[in-house]
Amino acid sequence: MSRTIELAGHVLEHVGDRAEAEIVVTGGEAALTRFANSFIHQNVADEGYQVALRVAVDGRVNAATTTSVENLDSFVDDTIGIAALQRVDEGWPGLTPPLDVVDPKHFDEATAQAAPDVRAEKVADFVSAGPGMRAAGYCETVGHDVAFVNTAGHRAFGRYSRASIDGIHQIEGAAGSGHATSQRIEDLDGGAVGSLAADRAQRGLDPFDLKPGEYQVVLAPEAVGTIAMFLAYYGFNGKHHAEGQSFVEVGKKQFDASINIYDDATDSRALGVGFDAEGTPKQRLGLITAGVSEGIAHDRRTAAKAGVHPTGHGDPGSEVWGPLPTQVFLEEGEVSVDEMIASVERGLYVATFNYCRALDPKALTVTGLTRNGTFMIENGKITGAVTNMRFTQSFVDALGQGKVEAIGNDARFADSEFGPGMMYVPTLQLEGWNFTGGAGG
Amino acid sequence: MFDLAQTAVEGALAAGAQYADARVVISKNQSIAVLNQEPQSIDQAERAGIGVRALTGSGWGFYATSDMSAAAARRAGQESAAISRASASVPGPNMPLTDVPVVEAFYETPYEEDPFTIPISEKVDLLVAVTKTMQEVEGIALASGNLSFWDTNKWFASSQGHRIHQHLLESGGGYDATALGENETQRRSYPQSFGQFETGGYETVRKWDYAGNAGRVAEEAAALLSAPELEEGEKSLILEGSQLALQIHESVGHAIELDRILGWEAAFAGTSHLELEKLRTHKYGSDLMNITADATLPGALGTFGFDDEGTPAQRVDIVKAGTWVGVLSGRDSASLAGLPPGGMVRADGYNRLPMVRMTNVGILPGDSSLEEIIADTKDGVYMATNRSWSIDDRRLNFQFGCEVGWEVKDGKLGRMVKNPTYTGITPQFWGQLDKLAGGDEWVHWGTPNCGKGQPMQVAHTGHSAAPGRFGTVRVGVRA
Repeated sequence: MSRTIELAGHVLEHVGDRAEAEIVVTGGEAALTRFANSFIHQNVADEGYQVALRVAVDGRVNAATTTSVENLDSFVDDTIGIAALQRVDEGWPGLTPPLDVVDPKHFDEATAQAAPDVRAEKVADFVSAGPGMRAAGYCETVGHDVAFVNTAGHRAFGRYSRASIDGIHQIEGAAGSGHATSQRIEDLDGGAVGSLAADRAQRGLDPFDLKPGEYQVVLAPEAVGTIAMFLAYYGFNGKHHAEGQSFVEVGKKQFDASINIYDDATDSRALGVGFDAEGTPKQRLGLITAGVSEGIAHDRRTAAKAGVHPTGHGDPGSEVWGPLPTQVFLEEGEVSVDEMIASVERGLYVATFNYCRALDPKALTVTGLTRNGTFMIENGKITGAVTNMRFTQSFVDALGQGKVEAIGNDARFADSEFGPGMMYVPTLQLEGWNFTGGAGG
Repeated sequence: MFDLAQTAVEGALAAGAQYADARVVISKNQSIAVLNQEPQSIDQAERAGIGVRALTGSGWGFYATSDMSAAAARRAGQESAAISRASASVPGPNMPLTDVPVVEAFYETPYEEDPFTIPISEKVDLLVAVTKTMQEVEGIALASGNLSFWDTNKWFASSQGHRIHQHLLESGGGYDATALGENETQRRSYPQSFGQFETGGYETVRKWDYAGNAGRVAEEAAALLSAPELEEGEKSLILEGSQLALQIHESVGHAIELDRILGWEAAFAGTSHLELEKLRTHKYGSDLMNITADATLPGALGTFGFDDEGTPAQRVDIVKAGTWVGVLSGRDSASLAGLPPGGMVRADGYNRLPMVRMTNVGILPGDSSLEEIIADTKDGVYMATNRSWSIDDRRLNFQFGCEVGWEVKDGKLGRMVKNPTYTGITPQFWGQLDKLAGGDEWVHWGTPNCGKGQPMQVAHTGHSAAPGRFGTVRVGVRA
């Protein structure tokens, strides 16, 4: 039996009948091998347990976490004691009742147990794919057990693993990127990811400054992943929606009819366990169907306020940041990247975005830059590299009706700007993108 | 706790490491958030564990565990040595550690009121009161407030003989009011965006007049909905102090990190437009630009006694009269660059590798004042409080948005403008600095959310700044 289950059971027993309580215990190891200037310069691993406890004493709520599993009894006593001194939380939604939780089987033992030598091999493959170039990036492996219990009698347990390789090759002033994420480290081909990065770097030599303006764009999965993350966080977030800060109007056709986006942590390709931090089973949630805004992500608190069922997005911090879709799939199309480029008369191919920030969350106007591969497309061919450009663009408008030219057949986990393993998206060809500055400002 | 750290170090040495250091860290954090007079979350987090760093040949390894037993400490040391050997399979240059004094020392943050002894109910009451005041202003849909406190004890031991215990205390918070329009949101914050944080106790919260500013902040947020947009153009830009602090953080603080300059962060955080061979000759800005990295400033958020490699906190000149003269460094990066170690290496908890981080990177005060600067400006805009920040991976091309702006015409503040943004290129922008305030307007602003590294680490950094003026800047950029 996983020690996470033992620890969760111990906390539950010590709470007794003093409070409503939910307990999440996470344990395992995360390891990351980082390289720069083509050598491993940082190589780390972290193992241990974290216990999260949320209690309600007559509607008075308190939450706490600890890594000190030797002192759990005093941890529980303190958490309950502090709760009893608080105001009554009028929005306390109560505990998840006993429900069936299906294990999506997102765990691979070899990944969870991967030794530093295994990660180093992947790094070596990436580095050697760019002879004469300077490589930088990381290979990461994660394996965690998660146990959930609450005083309403609900129990859940799951295990998940994740492996990523991500990096760039650099030559002179040019850089190109590559990325792969999977449940299994054996799926990662460091050489292939490194080759893509090296190819983009090589093509990036001798860039020219392009005049700012609106250009048609072909956006690689990393750039699309960042768009999807912004849509998820600012738009389909139940807290933001309830507060009136979201652009989403459920039932309204706000996007091009070709756009279908859903969140589904139970998908066989997805990452993570089959329940959230409140014990709600994960399920498929349609966010955009044929261009129509459809679903909103909820934890128990926002669901209660909206009068709907929670959708399994009650993750740590969701009370402040809001429930957030983090296993987002943008349905792929049938068009290859080569076909997209061939159809562009004058435009840009963009590998990744960098440092995107929302100027206004409701309009979802975002400024950011291109990075690690920006190329001019003329008459259906890539004709040269362009220096990184700044854009200021509404992400909602960019995917608006009639503005999506094509959807790629290359969906995969993309390293959105906010981390790997959350956005499973393809390349997109869009009618227009508003570049507001070049290398000179 | 020193025994536990020493056991971890011995474990690494016994496994073949030529150098090892270990930190035992016990930290607690309390965070309180209130939205529209209702407590949104009350969270306490305790983190305790051991992190060990080992050097074998040219390879580094790091291993952390939350198990605080002696056996686990020894095993963590052994694991860190094993990881350091794996690093050698994709080898690089030797990175010897520059010598620093080997000391046995204790450092504690000066404070008056331990924030963890203040009842949570008192803190909640404070935030409920300010959110009530803000909600009473017509047009305010969301009024939120937050307070956070960190108490960290860490014991550092190295195979060279360091024994350093530090007790650090950090406190702060703030609030904001949001007005919702048909297709826009407008926000005003106090004391600054994301709140103001400092080293010290609850007195750092009391010294900011929370109650006295809530009404003004809310009224400004509501007024922004009907304010005109800032027109696009080029004009004099006056930045309020906290925005200038953010400008320093992004366009100076990160650019001077030696690990970025050496390419160690190339794939994620990025590199730097600065080249080491131009140290002491590169013109960073105007003669008014004097920047220091000073980890000894009383009360500033990036103040400590020793960094997480055992190097004493110090003040380092970064820019003198507009010329770039210094970097942020650690023992390994400094040795590669042939520079003295700056004592700027810190980790986000026991389970993260220490890396180069800003301390208090701030601009020294000028001799003007905001009032004088405005009176001296013919055609400009005054912008306050950060709302958005974006800068490229070399820290050159930036675009920042502020919560509010006011036109400045013929020496007087004019009408309020909304969605004020400005953009520029780092050295050209800083070259435009032509007026700088000082005196009481020079504040140790704190940034509690500086992300860097993989796995991600969040650092708390300080940035002393006062209002300043930049001669001609492109403003009003939008989609």
